[in-house]
Amino acid sequence: MAGESRFYRNEIEELAHSFGLDFYPVEFEVVPPSFMTEVAVYGLPVRMPHWSFGVRYIHQLVQHKMGHSRIFEVVYPGDPGHAFLANNNSDMDNTLVCAHVLGHADFSKNNELFRRVHKQVGTRIVDMAANHARRIEQAIEEHGQEHVELVLDAALSLEQHIDINQSLARARYSDTAEEGADPLADTFVRRFDTLPGGGEIEASGEDEVPNIPIPPHPEEDLLWFIAQYAPDMEDWERDIFLAVREESFYFYPVFACQIMNEGWASYWHARLLREAPFLPHDLYVDAMKTHSDVVRPTAGEKQIALNINPYHLGFSIWDRLIEAHGIEHARNIMQSEDDFGFVRNHLDADLADELNIFVYDAKKNGEIKVTDNEIHHLHEAIIGPKFNFGAPKVCVTDMGVDGALELEHIHGAEGRGLDMERAQKVIDYIHRVWRRPVTMYTLDAGGKRTSLDIGKAAA
Amino acid sequence: MPSDSHHRSAIVQSTRWYDLFSRGARDWLRHNEKVRESVKESLPELVSGPDVLTQPENRTVKVPIKFLEHYRFRLSDGDAQTGVGQGEGAKPGDVLRPAAPGGKGAGGAGTGEGGVEFVLEFKVDEILDWLWEELELPNLEPKTADSIDQSEYVREGIDRRGPRARLDRRRTVKEAVKRRAIQTNPIPFTDDDLRFRQLARRPQPLTQAAVIFVLDVSSSMDDASRQLAKSFFFWALQGIRRQHTRIETAFIGHTVNAWEFSEEEFFAVRATGGTEASRAFALSQDIIQERFDPSQYNVYVFYASDGDNFAADREGSRERLKSLSAISNYMGYVETTRRSSDRLNTEMGRLFKELEEGEGQTGSYALGNQEDVWNAIRRFFTQQATQED
Repeated sequence: MAGESRFYRNEIEELAHSFGLDFYPVEFEVVPPSFMTEVAVYGLPVRMPHWSFGVRYIHQLVQHKMGHSRIFEVVYPGDPGHAFLANNNSDMDNTLVCAHVLGHADFSKNNELFRRVHKQVGTRIVDMAANHARRIEQAIEEHGQEHVELVLDAALSLEQHIDINQSLARARYSDTAEEGADPLADTFVRRFDTLPGGGEIEASGEDEVPNIPIPPHPEEDLLWFIAQYAPDMEDWERDIFLAVREESFYFYPVFACQIMNEGWASYWHARLLREAPFLPHDLYVDAMKTHSDVVRPTAGEKQIALNINPYHLGFSIWDRLIEAHGIEHARNIMQSEDDFGFVRNHLDADLADELNIFVYDAKKNGEIKVTDNEIHHLHEAIIGPKFNFGAPKVCVTDMGVDGALELEHIHGAEGRGLDMERAQKVIDYIHRVWRRPVTMYTLDAGGKRTSLDIGKAAA
Repeated sequence: MPSDSHHRSAIVQSTRWYDLFSRGARDWLRHNEKVRESVKESLPELVSGPDVLTQPENRTVKVPIKFLEHYRFRLSDGDAQTGVGQGEGAKPGDVLRPAAPGGKGAGGAGTGEGGVEFVLEFKVDEILDWLWEELELPNLEPKTADSIDQSEYVREGIDRRGPRARLDRRRTVKEAVKRRAIQTNPIPFTDDDLRFRQLARRPQPLTQAAVIFVLDVSSSMDDASRQLAKSFFFWALQGIRRQHTRIETAFIGHTVNAWEFSEEEFFAVRATGGTEASRAFALSQDIIQERFDPSQYNVYVFYASDGDNFAADREGSRERLKSLSAISNYMGYVETTRRSSDRLNTEMGRLFKELEEGEGQTGSYALGNQEDVWNAIRRFFTQQATQED
């Protein structure tokens, strides 16, 4: 095909293999920019409809109009991988993008977290999501938009509340204590049991061995728990929860490895183009301009950015690592780490200093002040927003005999409570599908334990 | 596996499903639909806003709309949000942005999608449409169709003769086709095929209304009470406007005396003294007789008060109400009250209750808060629609 030779796709693939990159074949598809915008909003080429995506879509369009963002490519890992290229990319853009995509393809085939998740969700994520979308369209036809929407309102608002350490096809709790105990939550359970009051609960629990409480341990996979244990949900509603959960499993590694993955792809597009003997010089120069735009730490003319560009940070760390220890060493890290380990282990004080990274506090009165650039603070500030899929940790702690649901915000690491107004809205969503009383415990503004509830009969 | 994965696949470039529709636009439309629904749900608040009673059509109500937020669990805002930045020359202790003078800043940590606000303008007519939809009201016909004074030419029937301008070509061709079907050697057209539309002089029902607003302006009517009455008056007037081509208004305030005011003065007027409603009813009657001949106008009278009236004026008010009712199409009583029970059981409330048992159309509404206004409006419109026959 004419388009293929124009951006040196074959040559770049061969070159990538010669550097040891190892990837499944990638199907490239050229699509209009409007489609790229949608993919950026939905995260998947075809995805279930929901009004909240419409809001994000408008924000994206506005940003796009203001020239803040341009999307060159989106790639879906799998076998084959699937990459979309914007049809307004120049040949030079596409040459760069092709090399970039191969970097991602190498990453997603070899990174441990990606591999583990792909083993579960399969390698045809695009088809899987399209399938979900189709089933939800059917549900809309059968049960009406309003009804499907209230299920999606709840499921999508709990999108981040999964337990990635459990299997996707996780079964219900078993009835006996040994199997019911969750080995992976062991450390957590132990910690939980040392909380004041924990001992008494256990003591009373031991008297009634046959009745294992549900959940047997605080359960953080809210989507799974609701799908499995909601007393009054219909099967198709449970399916929606599981569909959302499956997509969340897919999204998790992308989220948890963003710095590494974007850095890796940026490193390889730069390296492959630099070492490509077949590229005309002017095309290379143009491509490097685009490259430096992509991995630029600050946007526009600004000298100081109040966020970090993951492309730039990841690129810089990989560049330094490969220079010092060689590609093989870097590949081992790429295979075994996620952003938590990557940042903590490989962003050292020297590099942070060179990159001018700093921690700041943004106060309520609008003041923004640089606090420090101590390396451990930097690490934690960078990865802080990534814990628990970027959401506060909330667990199911109890399900009453009447089906009442009890949720607890595990505030230990965060040190403060939930935004009350939003928390109330979310438990309202949950209540509409759980259909029995829902109570939520968190901390109030003064740091005292407090509760929100909905659906309780007036006393 | 590396060698297996070495085969290359083609680049697909084609028009496919994603060109056929835009999911983003579709979900955005759905969002807007929900916004409208949520605005509809706040109709009671919309209804409480307007300040002006009688401005002509195309009035709008501005409603600040937030993008709907899809809520998630989020930590409460701490005293300060920690972030990571990058850039040359930023040293610990540097202030990158000073505190905002008012103490409140835009907040470095963005307000999220939920914080964006835009103002939607809703036409009063549009809001009325929602109201009508919600109440499932038929479009009302004016009631005094027996008093005819306007007439208009309307198309009526077909004839074989007429001016050329009113030739009905369709009908003519139809006639020709019919004729040709039964003739053996037909000519295309004959004079007999020609059909003309006919006009007839038709009486048109009267569609003008006079609305008299009467307000107790004694000191017991505080601002909150006036605001409630005003809201009700506004929407009642809009509802009446919907059914009439012309509307005339008059504004009367009273204590132990009654005066006619301009609209602007009407709600600002404050007077001391007692309450004798009969004075206002008498003035209303005079105004109707002078300006709004009941055979020409649908007359609506609305009276708003806190329910008090001098007991000595009971008989006078009863009589005046009766004669006013005889020349009006509708008598509405709006009682502003703080009470939650025993509403309308006041001096004036009882008088209107008596009136209700009589001939004319009446309605009594107790207003304690905005929600009551909403319910009263609904009742007024529904009553108007159902008492149609």
